[in-house]
Amino acid sequence: MNDVLDHVRSTPLFGVFVTLAAYKVGLEVKRLSRNHPLAQPVLIAILVVGAVMGALDISYDDYLRGGSIIAFFLGPATVALAVPLHRQAHHLRELALPMLVAIPVGAFVSVASGVLVVRALGGSHELTLTIAAKSATTPIAISVTEHVGGNGSLVAVFTIIAGMLGAVLGPTVLNLLRIHDRRARGLALGAVSHGIGTSRALHEDPTEGAFSGLSMGLTALATSVLVPLVIHLVG
Amino acid sequence: MLWLLGCQLVGEVLVEAFGLPVPGPVIGMVLLFLALQVTKPPEDARLLQTSDKLLRHLQLLFIPPGVGIVVYLGSVRDQALPIAGAMVVSWLAGLATVALLVVLLTRRGTAPEAES
Repeated sequence: MNDVLDHVRSTPLFGVFVTLAAYKVGLEVKRLSRNHPLAQPVLIAILVVGAVMGALDISYDDYLRGGSIIAFFLGPATVALAVPLHRQAHHLRELALPMLVAIPVGAFVSVASGVLVVRALGGSHELTLTIAAKSATTPIAISVTEHVGGNGSLVAVFTIIAGMLGAVLGPTVLNLLRIHDRRARGLALGAVSHGIGTSRALHEDPTEGAFSGLSMGLTALATSVLVPLVIHLVG
Repeated sequence: MLWLLGCQLVGEVLVEAFGLPVPGPVIGMVLLFLALQVTKPPEDARLLQTSDKLLRHLQLLFIPPGVGIVVYLGSVRDQALPIAGAMVVSWLAGLATVALLVVLLTRRGTAPEAES
């Protein structure tokens, strides 16, 4: 039996299979909960993979033999984000100036406030490096965070939580702020809650969704430029 | 796929060559965006279809990095307060900043459309 387990640990097949199976479980839970914003397939899949690793006593390094094959595609997928941005680009002309001011300023506020609050509450230096990029869409947040020396695994989870905040609380908070312009609402949601916020925005209104998607792309760009800068200034 | 990998590769090379502070795939995304704006390929182009397929299952690709959190659970528990505080404060601050700035700037320019 131990020989069999050793073999399983040493082959990339295990990591690939468990990841795909856990993703399937996550998608099923999402479907059964009728797309509830708290049923995020990635979080569910992470718990499933974690449980399997615990049960079979498999280390993260062993899991990554297969896991890294899947994670490799994050790079080309990040490049592919240019395609939805290209499709939304005509909205840019509609609201060019407000957008080109609000999104970089918003990204700066997100990055700086995250870093400063972590510092004020006694978080570690690594945590400040990690929390900085959490408003960007997950693939970009991971690569920006690893680029500045933060923890890519942790930021992946932070971005999903930021997305869920937007999907669950976003519209309520925007109502409290008396923001009724669909374009402003979409831009704000996409700027702090990326793809997960965008799917909620799409659910509310097509205009809101389109602007949220555009905002997510521009915020990702702004964040990747601003994070190293802010960390250099206050870090 | 060749285009995607090619843009990423050029991005990585530029980052290395000029010591840019931005990750290679992000530069790759900007390059591809510019290329698409210039060439305007039809919707049934292979590149667009491959990208859509890849992005449909984008979430799958976060699972392996995300699983790494299992390794750091201890440090997350120790720093629960700064994490929770920063997540909520920074999320609210960013949301309010963008929403209010957009409303402010559109009001000053053209009259806002009556909506909702």
